[in-house]
Amino acid sequence: MSAEPLTLSLLDRRLWRHDECRQGMLDMARVMPGMMTWALVTGVAMAKSGLPLSIALMMSLSVFAASAQLSAVPLLLAGAPLWVVWLTALCVNLRFVIFSVQMRRHMMVLPLRWRLVAGYFTADVTYVLSVHRHGETESASNEHVAPLAYFVGLVAVNWSGWNIASLLGVLFATWIPQAWGLGFAGTLALLGLLVSLAKDKRTLATAVLAGTSAVALFGLPYRLYIVVAVAAAVACGLLLDEVDKLRSGARRVTS
Amino acid sequence: MALAVAGLVVISAVTRSFFFLSEQPWRLPAWAERGLKYAPLAALGAVVFPEVLMSHGQGPQTWADARFVATPVAMAWAWWRKDMLTTIGVGMTVYLGLKLGLNW
Repeated sequence: MSAEPLTLSLLDRRLWRHDECRQGMLDMARVMPGMMTWALVTGVAMAKSGLPLSIALMMSLSVFAASAQLSAVPLLLAGAPLWVVWLTALCVNLRFVIFSVQMRRHMMVLPLRWRLVAGYFTADVTYVLSVHRHGETESASNEHVAPLAYFVGLVAVNWSGWNIASLLGVLFATWIPQAWGLGFAGTLALLGLLVSLAKDKRTLATAVLAGTSAVALFGLPYRLYIVVAVAAAVACGLLLDEVDKLRSGARRVTS
Repeated sequence: MALAVAGLVVISAVTRSFFFLSEQPWRLPAWAERGLKYAPLAALGAVVFPEVLMSHGQGPQTWADARFVATPVAMAWAWWRKDMLTTIGVGMTVYLGLKLGLNW
């Protein structure tokens, strides 16, 4: 790590004028129809939950974490103590702690307050797309802002699209029939992402393993099944990599 | 309740930036770094599968579920066209067609 002061801001014009920013916006825009339908449905759920409209609005616009929001709502309604509400949100968000490991190398060029802001904006899709494109490129620095430019592009589209749709959902909740199951569009968006990002068979196999473990472990509270499923997939991927190494080693010995 | 919401904002920011809060230089062990390359797609899988297969925390109750048809169709389309926008469109058309047209 360099000793120079961290002065880069997420509002820096170099980020917003960078070609990678436009690329990020485009990449995110392709999943947005699904994400926005999902946001709409989340907004509807918030409005119909029985929370006061002001709180539903505030939560939709400020928390920016659908799963944490939705799991907090019944607790708030039941009058659960604050620490229970917060602890639940913490558990639901645990997967992001894993994700933050991989985002770190590009984030460390920002001062702490901007790192927190960046963290706040990092949703699942932002993370997946960022790591897919810049997971193995050179770490961001003052001279090399491309990874962060891509990140702000993703975030700008995701945050504004999500909030517009979620606002519409809260406001027009009564007009949107829940029976249609529109939230499925979000699932399809993630599915499309999964299929188009699968670089090789092994990555795909680990994703399938994660999916099946998630179904098997669905009973775990606080959506912890996601964390366990990701851990299982990582372990399995590593194991397969090791087997490969052993095999190629053996081949070298025999030939 | 406003306090609860404010707390949720803080929690979501802190968990998501957890490993880049500290400026202490540190590195993951190499094996962990290699393993984590499987994490993004695993996370997608872990979110998508239950959404397709489970309803209200239960396994499939009936085969006449619009998701069970729409999902393979959407997957095949995504594989073939490599395009997200039309994938969502095709999947939702099949899904809503079965759900609203056939009352699945």
